[in-house]
Amino acid sequence: MKFRIDRDALADAVAWTARSLPTRPTVPVLAGLMVESTDGGIALSGFDYETSARSTVDADVADEGRALVSGRLLADICKSLPGRPVDVSVDGTKVSVVCGSSRFSLQTMPVEDYPQLPAMPTASGTVSSDDFATAVAQAVAAAGRDDVLQLLTGVRIELEGSRISLLATDRFRASLRELTWFPESPDASATAVVPAKTLSDIAKSFTAGGELTMAVATGDQGPGLIGFEGSTASGTRRTTTRMLEGEFPKVRQLFAANALTVAYVDRQELIDAVRRVSLVAERNTPVRLTFSDGQVLLESGSGDDAQAQETLEARVDGDDIVVGFNPTFLLEGLQVMTEPAVHLSFTQASRPATLAGVQELGGEPNTSFRYLIMPMRLPG
Amino acid sequence: MNGEATILHADLDSFFASVEQRDDPSLRGRPVLVGGGVVVAASYEAKAYGVRTPMGIVEAKSLCPGAVVASPRFEAYSAASKAVFEVFRDTTPLVDPISIDEAFLEVGGLARLVGSPESIGARLRERVRDEVGLPITVGVARTKFLAKVASAYAKPDGLLVVPVDGERAFLHPLPVERMWGVGVKTATKLRARGIEHIGDLAVVPPHALSAYVGRAAAYHLHALANGRDPRPVQTGTRRRSVGAQRALGRRHKTMEEIDSALAGLVDRVARRMRKAEREGRTITLRLRFDDFERATRSHTLPRPTARTERLLLVARSLLDVAEPMIRDRGCTLVGVSVSGFDPQAGVQLELPFGEPDTATLDLALDDVRERFGSAAVLRGSLVRRGEGFAMPTLPD
Repeated sequence: MKFRIDRDALADAVAWTARSLPTRPTVPVLAGLMVESTDGGIALSGFDYETSARSTVDADVADEGRALVSGRLLADICKSLPGRPVDVSVDGTKVSVVCGSSRFSLQTMPVEDYPQLPAMPTASGTVSSDDFATAVAQAVAAAGRDDVLQLLTGVRIELEGSRISLLATDRFRASLRELTWFPESPDASATAVVPAKTLSDIAKSFTAGGELTMAVATGDQGPGLIGFEGSTASGTRRTTTRMLEGEFPKVRQLFAANALTVAYVDRQELIDAVRRVSLVAERNTPVRLTFSDGQVLLESGSGDDAQAQETLEARVDGDDIVVGFNPTFLLEGLQVMTEPAVHLSFTQASRPATLAGVQELGGEPNTSFRYLIMPMRLPG
Repeated sequence: MNGEATILHADLDSFFASVEQRDDPSLRGRPVLVGGGVVVAASYEAKAYGVRTPMGIVEAKSLCPGAVVASPRFEAYSAASKAVFEVFRDTTPLVDPISIDEAFLEVGGLARLVGSPESIGARLRERVRDEVGLPITVGVARTKFLAKVASAYAKPDGLLVVPVDGERAFLHPLPVERMWGVGVKTATKLRARGIEHIGDLAVVPPHALSAYVGRAAAYHLHALANGRDPRPVQTGTRRRSVGAQRALGRRHKTMEEIDSALAGLVDRVARRMRKAEREGRTITLRLRFDDFERATRSHTLPRPTARTERLLLVARSLLDVAEPMIRDRGCTLVGVSVSGFDPQAGVQLELPFGEPDTATLDLALDDVRERFGSAAVLRGSLVRRGEGFAMPTLPD
């Protein structure tokens, strides 16, 4: 193996591919990054049996071949190389990396021990990578973080015709994000539950613009696989990850309730006020919100200890309502919205409340992202 | 802190075995082992042969061939414990229970009314002997720690007062194993450094000690060895965990058997938590291997719960993680406890997903068991084996 390659293209591709390598691999070769040179370019791949990553980059290839080297080390080296073309070659059991007057020699690992990467499933359709990244960042806000309830650490992706729905819940709150895409076939229909953290990392790593191809393969045996593929100026990137198995809670049906009270509040003002008021809230105690004519009163703390109050201007249509929320749940939802105001709809103080972004007080809410919070029971 | 020796540590001697000897005169004066596959209690006559708890019955019998084995009768122990605690509470209102067979009593305020701590201790022993029929040992000292060490020293059926000016003379010649929190492992480490007696421990600066026992333990041991123990006798402190355990005997167990025993324990713990209106976040799995070594594994949930289904899910995932250890080393006891109670915590409601409502199921099962006894409803997997002995516990 021997090739010459652009320094930035190499550094970007190595960083992207090495990103998902395990820090504490179960077997040593999984800490490795496979470097393969073929006619016209190179391919880099990494795999931890859950997630695979593979990128291709244009290069001047003198000799075809492949080698397995420490991914972290190669990433650190490439990041710090000077801005000159890089020459990479295999010499016995070493890989040499030469850039300007810098020279590195890396130990190789046995190529034959390296597992076969899963094949990319057949493409299901394409979506704008920026839209997808925004949507995923919103949807994951409600995902569970406790690994014991593994299924709830996932985001359910529903592909139905030209609509993608992303759903997540940790049992206390839920999110539903919808966006449009371009399916390969107009009657496309598939679902997948993907670990929220993995999905979020993947979505963020494809934000260089352009189209993202998504591919879902339901497993006949064992868990299914979902793949993503995008292109960069000098090559392609693709990643696959295993789906989570199990019956995901029926999140969508909860968003249907008819509101008895609707309130509009400036989003940033509400975030700031919740932050301030919750300073005196003990862990796992609620912030109490009282919605009445033209205002919302926020209170927290108990009579015995510290207390805090703040009033914000609000537009309130319908019955007055008093409701308690875990301040963290409320903040995490408000923070991923993008509109200047928030639309809150309630039925009862013991039923879920739905939040959505809105351009102005009294306007039509943007229902492409909705965030549901189950209240806390208020004492007394 | 109190400057006088007014704390009593009262500890029943070989509690379960003494109850058996009390109720069956033919057992008196003879070595008695209480237990099924494992000895849970041994009379002093049996302990004289080297029997320790826990130990397999077979091994205990080989050490002490004349021993009589009695099956545990936990209802009798619960009743005896209740009667003893009534005597405690009749002695002083300041009773700090540690377990079903021991407690700290503060008798400082009673000097003028009733008498000196020593005479109160002697009177307490007489009353437990006369009214409940059990031997009890009492240690009297200025601190909880010294009182406990004194009662351990005075066992069986004894009374020992450590006078304030005699604390060092009493404590310092004792071997380090007598320290609270110093087990075989720590003792071995300390002895390897020439620290054999509590007096040796008292002169090692805590920062030097922390190199081999950990920082927190070092300061703690140093303070205790120098007679400093500021913990007062407290009444009415609610317990910080709820747990249950079950000895499984020495024969080989499949993972399914361990799992069903665990499920039965979780049922019991969850029911007790609901009864005491507590919700906890941390679930701890306790295991004892064939060689009687122990291990624990725990997990903390983001939100507290008292639901059987949730607690069981966590307990099972902890058991899954421990499976390789169990395969290697066997399992003679499984236990589960829940801690991380936060009485301030508000109740976070859950989204109504329309799943089967396990909270209602829990309440219905609690009702049935309250009315018809805990064996009235059992998990299918426990029908043949039974739910095991319910170790008596202090009220939650």
